[in-house]
Amino acid sequence: MLTLMIVAPLVGALILTLAGRRLGERLTGVIACLSVAVAAGCAFVAFFSRLLPAAPDAEGVRRVTERLGTWFSVGSFSADFGLVLDPLSGVMALFITGVGLLIHVFATGYMHGDAGYARFFAALNLFVAAMLTLVLADNLLLLFVGWEGVGVCSYLLIGHYFTRDEAADAARKAFVYNRIGDAGLVLATLALFTQAGSVSFAAIARWAAQQPVEALGWAAVGAGGLTTVGLLLLLGVAGKSAQIPLFVWLPDAMAGPTPVSALIHAATMVTAGVYLLVRLNVVFLRAPTALMVVAVVGAATALMAATIALGQDDIKKVLAYSTVSQLGLMVMACGAGAFTAGLFHVTTHAFFKALLFLGAGSVIHALHEEQHLRRMGGLRQFMPVTYWTMTAGWLAIAGFPLFAGFFSKDEILLETFTSAVLPGGLAKALWAVGLLTSFLTALYMTRLMALTFHGEPREAVAHVQPHESPPVMTAPLVALALLSVLGGALGLPEAFGQHPWMREFLTPLVAAPSEFAREAASHALELALMGVSTVVALAGLAAGWLFFTRRPLWEAPRVWQAKYWVDEAYEAAIARPLRLLAERGLWLGLDVSILDGLVGGVGRSLAGLGATLRDMQSGYARGYVVMIFIAALLILSYFVFGQG
Amino acid sequence: MMLSNVFFAAEPAQLFFGPIGLLSLVTWLPLVGGLIVLLFDKRRADLIKQFATVWMTVCFLVSLPLVVLWNYDVRGLQFMETADWIPAIGAKYQLGVDGLALTLVMLTTFLGPIVALCSWNYIEKRQKEYYALLLIMQSFMIGVFAAVDLFLFYVFFEVMLVPMYLLIGIWGGERRLYSAIKFFVYTLVGSLLMLVAVFKFYFTAAETVAKYPTEVKAAVEVIVGNNAPMRGLVLEGVELARRAGVAYAARAGGGSDDDAAPLGTFNIYALQAIGSARDAQGRALIPLSLQVWLFAGFALALAIKVPMVPFHTWLPDAHVEAPTAGSAILAGILLKIGTYGFVRFNFPMFPDASMHPTVASVMATLAIVGIVYGSMVALAQKDMKKTIAYSSVAHMGTTMLSLFAFNPNGINGAALQMLSHGVTSAALFILIGILYERRHTRLIADFGGVVNTMPAFSAMFMIATLASVGLPLLNGFVGEFIGLRGVFEANIVWAFWGTTGIILGAAYMLWLYERVFLGAVKNPKNADLPDLSAREWAYLTPLVAAMILFGVYPKPLVTFLNATTEVVVRQMRPNYFGSTTKAGEEQAAVSPATSDTAARD
Repeated sequence: MLTLMIVAPLVGALILTLAGRRLGERLTGVIACLSVAVAAGCAFVAFFSRLLPAAPDAEGVRRVTERLGTWFSVGSFSADFGLVLDPLSGVMALFITGVGLLIHVFATGYMHGDAGYARFFAALNLFVAAMLTLVLADNLLLLFVGWEGVGVCSYLLIGHYFTRDEAADAARKAFVYNRIGDAGLVLATLALFTQAGSVSFAAIARWAAQQPVEALGWAAVGAGGLTTVGLLLLLGVAGKSAQIPLFVWLPDAMAGPTPVSALIHAATMVTAGVYLLVRLNVVFLRAPTALMVVAVVGAATALMAATIALGQDDIKKVLAYSTVSQLGLMVMACGAGAFTAGLFHVTTHAFFKALLFLGAGSVIHALHEEQHLRRMGGLRQFMPVTYWTMTAGWLAIAGFPLFAGFFSKDEILLETFTSAVLPGGLAKALWAVGLLTSFLTALYMTRLMALTFHGEPREAVAHVQPHESPPVMTAPLVALALLSVLGGALGLPEAFGQHPWMREFLTPLVAAPSEFAREAASHALELALMGVSTVVALAGLAAGWLFFTRRPLWEAPRVWQAKYWVDEAYEAAIARPLRLLAERGLWLGLDVSILDGLVGGVGRSLAGLGATLRDMQSGYARGYVVMIFIAALLILSYFVFGQG
Repeated sequence: MMLSNVFFAAEPAQLFFGPIGLLSLVTWLPLVGGLIVLLFDKRRADLIKQFATVWMTVCFLVSLPLVVLWNYDVRGLQFMETADWIPAIGAKYQLGVDGLALTLVMLTTFLGPIVALCSWNYIEKRQKEYYALLLIMQSFMIGVFAAVDLFLFYVFFEVMLVPMYLLIGIWGGERRLYSAIKFFVYTLVGSLLMLVAVFKFYFTAAETVAKYPTEVKAAVEVIVGNNAPMRGLVLEGVELARRAGVAYAARAGGGSDDDAAPLGTFNIYALQAIGSARDAQGRALIPLSLQVWLFAGFALALAIKVPMVPFHTWLPDAHVEAPTAGSAILAGILLKIGTYGFVRFNFPMFPDASMHPTVASVMATLAIVGIVYGSMVALAQKDMKKTIAYSSVAHMGTTMLSLFAFNPNGINGAALQMLSHGVTSAALFILIGILYERRHTRLIADFGGVVNTMPAFSAMFMIATLASVGLPLLNGFVGEFIGLRGVFEANIVWAFWGTTGIILGAAYMLWLYERVFLGAVKNPKNADLPDLSAREWAYLTPLVAAMILFGVYPKPLVTFLNATTEVVVRQMRPNYFGSTTKAGEEQAAVSPATSDTAARD
């Protein structure tokens, strides 16, 4: 059944690739959606009828496994095609197939009339298969298969409009930046295998659980132990989940069609890095220095991206930086040891960010590919379903009380504040950063909503007659809106007298913070912190409303609009010097002039010795054969006769 | 060292047709075809093409029984043949393949029909000579891998240069003569030094075995295991060398000079046994200083073939000027002879020199420089073929780095990389050839937006590109990963540098792809390029199928390679697997942690 979950979209992708344009739009859409529907069906059935009733194994974890055979086995190293459905991969598989199906349905409407319709859905189906491979893999190497697979699908889909140069550039940029992370992941895999003797997650976890917690401090970084492993993994996470310093590919990836941005660059693929952190939580908990770096990188990314989002005028760019920022919060949570909180936010974020992207797609569709916020406005009256569903997403991401994002973000902030794995002062500081990010989130999302839907219709709206999108597009919006409102039920806080379902479900596969002697946060503290973050969120919403419904529009500082010039800095400090070095220095300088010249010189002088230059250029191979044999004979005779 | 499977003798596969063994047939059949082509009327070019392609296909089919009949339970050589050849020096016509050689022979026969078929339109002049040379070349390349006699190997190794030289020199591009001569002289210089080393080793081996016959016989056991016919073959060589050694000693001692001329041996495995034999104290029999010189003599010739930086400058020129089939053969097979030689000769024959810290660091450093330098220079190229040529420098750098890890993972990984790079780089050169036939240019700047007009071709190129950058489930990944695993075990810093190839490889390949295939069609000349023809599909499909098949299911290759690799590691590092574990069981019995410890002592 787990295998079928992956095979179904794979078959869909194969059919669409081979039959391609002959199928027609309708049949293509049906095949694409059906294959994901089968995967979703498998995921739900496997989850509810196999995983939930399953008895916990010796380690107290419920697991459903399927093993297809050995991929390769060389010497002491072996990797299996082995799948495992456990609480962690179960939650991931559910929302990947569920949200994936909704986005597929939406895309059948959104991509209508596109010349590459079949190609688009083939890649999208392939992506679902790769993403499921990533989460269901029971070992690091098969995870890497999915990891690279989603990378390739992302490349293909960002480059869907390949005739546009910026799409082609963005696709390559995404892949190359990811590859930098992949190098870290490969090294981490090698290091883990060398120490743990296996790449299987279960074995790694068993082994890591017996290791001592490494000391906090920079000495551990280069020691080759778990701290080193953790930091190498972080490089992989930074690539896939768009963290500092590798985040710059994600905003550019918005050159892909909007459903792609929703599925790959918001809900699923970019959370793979967070998934990896959660999956290997036992490793990270033994490496406090690595955790600290993870938390700081996450917090810095969250804050930086949130400020940039405030300065962007492209609706998809705002959402892209928002995604980077939210991913930062998830990474920060993992760094604080709050892995379940991180995964909780992954899930709720999948709902509301997919919703926001699809809503933005609906708007862009209605405005004939217009993405500039300042040319929109007043769309509320033309697109009521889009407006109201997006409102649900807006409130969810802003942390409006009782919406999905409220609970998940709140848990992150609480767990960060009370983190036992981070030094106390740092934990409080990161909490403050998270709080500031929440404020900024409410602010830029309000800006987005106000500029898009409220106020007077501006030029882009006035030129076209915007109308609501067809039901095939609005139905997924409604479904995602419901999830964004109710998704918080997955992890109601203890302070409400509830048992947070997700945390309990994931224990002991994912270490609950309490295991690590978390300060027993009293319910009073929990409620107080919740109060603070509620006030901050409401303040952000209110401030946003006051700021961005006024004219003239408030201008964000230039440094935010220019995205801190990070791209430009990379270009000037790394890319350009490398290109120059490669072309002028290494190729034309060293290779052609020096190395080749040297050889040419040696060759000429040798040739000159025998004055055979002209003969050589005559090009007769006979001459060379004769030369070989003469030389061989001379040498031979030296050895044979010179022995005595 | 006790190898208990010695006692379960197993028969290596054999197949004879009268006096001619299967391996001889596989080796010489292409040459026969080449000679037949010479009988054709040169005006009937179509018939010649068809005949050559069919003949190549037949040669491939004839080579398949090598795999089908293979006995997986036996160590070392199978399909052995032996006959006297040059009695005066003891050189024999001896053929045979072990797992590594078998896979490389199969790679060669697999690429044969493909390179013939891809030349149909590309070659417009002197077709008769072209296809004759292609077929003759094929025989020599197979011979290189099938030879069990070092002298026979050397003859194939040298004589192979001639058809390649002519392929570049006659059917190449504008600077074909310059490139051909450069290629020829470069490789010639290296191989002459190798010849000196071969003869020096030939005499040294004889003297050594005369002094230490018992130790050498123990070393033979490591090589032959349960392979009784191979034991006979190798011991015969050892005995010849021993007699020669005794005769030298007698002569030096002023004894009778009127003996029959003393014969030595060129049997590669006898020489391996002598080189890898150790005395009771575990010391190699040949002094280190001499080993280093011999190592250097072989290594230079092989490093030029690989090619390792800084001996690589013949490669870009040869690739760019060679016709498509020439580039595919160069990248697909010829470069592999270099790495094959290290595994076959340098490692087992001069183990102490190979593993000497200075030598190993120099080689690993050159390999790393090759990875970074090759990738960077590939990034700067304006010609598609040159990009792929320099990418070969980088890929072969990774292969060399993996080899110099001196452990099973490293050497297995390197061997897998040789095979996968053989398929992938050949495919990339052939794909570029398809584009060249349509546009008569290879400059990247002349293209852009090709995917609009040639979608199927672009998809094929994409798969080859992804295979080249080492995407999992395509053929490049497993070798690269296993190789890096071996390197990581040997030296973490090397492994770190090895991973730079992962990043830079994606950078130059995808940038190439973007500039050639993506974007809008800007040059009107690219506006109506025809997509793949049926003939093009016919030779691209097997290549792409191989990339996918061996990416998803590399097990058959690993099975073939592992046996060879294990023997090589045992020859170099007698204690690597521990002294009591049985062959093949160490993966279950020894956890990596313990084998790592064993590796360090």
